[in-house]
Amino acid sequence: MKNILKNKTAVLGLIIILLLIIIAIFGKYITPYNPSIGELSDSFKPPSLTHFFGTDDQGRDIFSRIIDGSRISLKIAIISVSIALTIGTFLGSIAGYYEGILDTIIMRFMDIMLAFPSILLAIALMSALGKGINSAIIAISVVSIPQYARIVKGSVLSTKQNEYVEAAKMVGNSNAAIILKYIIPNTFSPIVVRATIGISEAILDTAALGFLGLGVQPPQAEWGSMLGAGRGYIYNAPHILLFPGIFITITVLAFNLFGDGLRDALDPKFRK
Amino acid sequence: MLKYIIKRLLMLIPVLLGVSIMVFAIMHLFTADPTASILGDYATKDQIDNLRQQLGLNQPLYVQYWDFLKALSHGDLGTSIITQTPIAKDIAVKFPATIELAFTAIIIASVVGITLGILSAINQNKLWDHISMVISLIGISMPTFWLGLLLIIFFAVQLHVLPVSGRIQIGMEPQNITGFYLLDSLITGNMNSFVDALKHIILPSLALSAYSTSVISRMTRSAMIEVLNKEYIRTAKAKGILDKSIIIKHAFRNALIPVVTVIGLQLGGLLGGAVLTETIFAWPGIGSYTIDAILKSDYPVVQSTVILLASTFVIVNLIVDLLYAYLDPRIKYM
Repeated sequence: MKNILKNKTAVLGLIIILLLIIIAIFGKYITPYNPSIGELSDSFKPPSLTHFFGTDDQGRDIFSRIIDGSRISLKIAIISVSIALTIGTFLGSIAGYYEGILDTIIMRFMDIMLAFPSILLAIALMSALGKGINSAIIAISVVSIPQYARIVKGSVLSTKQNEYVEAAKMVGNSNAAIILKYIIPNTFSPIVVRATIGISEAILDTAALGFLGLGVQPPQAEWGSMLGAGRGYIYNAPHILLFPGIFITITVLAFNLFGDGLRDALDPKFRK
Repeated sequence: MLKYIIKRLLMLIPVLLGVSIMVFAIMHLFTADPTASILGDYATKDQIDNLRQQLGLNQPLYVQYWDFLKALSHGDLGTSIITQTPIAKDIAVKFPATIELAFTAIIIASVVGITLGILSAINQNKLWDHISMVISLIGISMPTFWLGLLLIIFFAVQLHVLPVSGRIQIGMEPQNITGFYLLDSLITGNMNSFVDALKHIILPSLALSAYSTSVISRMTRSAMIEVLNKEYIRTAKAKGILDKSIIIKHAFRNALIPVVTVIGLQLGGLLGGAVLTETIFAWPGIGSYTIDAILKSDYPVVQSTVILLASTFVIVNLIVDLLYAYLDPRIKYM
């Protein structure tokens, strides 16, 4: 932990992430306008003191919509990474611990999934599952499972060579107990780093699905779908397209900074 | 070497079969019945049944899959159920567009990324290094489609210097030789078409290259720093080789392996990942074709294009692996 706090970029990333989480949780109380309802007479207003980021085609306050949208983006990203992480860790540790036929079946299946361009797989899953937040969560978690499975398998393979694992076996621990108690905790740091970067990828995927009109449905605000809806007004109101993108970039940047810092702090190879 | 290549090629078969089964399953088990999007909302039950019969949709799934595989092995990709055009014909037009865009983007990304990376490495921890690393971080964090929109707003809508979308102005298409407009117009000496195609490809390829540029520059920087700290470089410096350019040349040649790998992997990603960029710029490639087909449940098209994209991706990755082994003789073929 000390190492992480010494790393300036990681701290900067962490501060932005905490700010975003605060905005997401308390957003309801800071939005100056109702994010879902606007006055048509207010539509396409450029940024001003009354509407910091201007208004969209339906006169809704973009600043309020962005604050409201942060909750959805973070929620989808965190839940989908948690699901992918859990399933990926489960599959990866089984493949790495037992090796043999189980390993072959699991990892070949992961290879098949990795051969798909992930955004296409996500879009195909969305079209199968139907539009909406839950489908987006499922689609995004499914496409990122192989990443975690691979990393976990790799570190399980090297961890289980350790003598304490051998010792734990001798004492009569069950395989499940060994995996849970002795192996997974030791694969922790690459997984945490991967998950942090994974959140930034999930935010980008969420935005992409929203942009295509597949993810979060109107009038609910979500950064990607705000960009998708604003696309038609590129000529007369480009400000609609500006601010949601800035917020996506800042959020992804924060998780990337934090992830980079974590990797430097946790991985001895990168330690100075 | 040959044995290794053959073995790796054989290993691709189960992966691609798996891909075909998976895309078949997703499209047939879960997606909406395509008859609805062909016949509209007011079709009678008889009409729907007839169409299902015609499309072979009333057969058991494994029979449909087997028929699909049989046709595929003869090179028959089937016809689109929405437009009725043969899919192979569509792909022959659209795939070169995707390849042209991906290659243009990877060339930009390699040139800019390697330059930035080297400059950062030799100025490690100086101002220039910090600036270029911040730029790379932003490049990795920006959604590609948003960057595309910003480029359109700035260069096409505000400044009017580049076209908003498309691949070439209608009527300017060069004679078809390779399918790549830039190349074909050069071969036939059609400079007007070349300039027009070039103008059209600048914005989408810039948008598409941003992420790869950042990844390549970060990789070049770290690989160069590692090599510059190696003993032979220090020896060269100690021997009095003061010429920085010689040192950079020495170091770069040795830093090349991870850089080439990352460029190859990025290219693989660009060929399949240009989906959103193609949609934004109305680039008539495989990505926008596939999205369109997914949204319309045009499953024969989705099956063919996804298998095509997956094959391209795994083959590019295989080539990268082989290149890697070729560049670094320490890696043995297993």
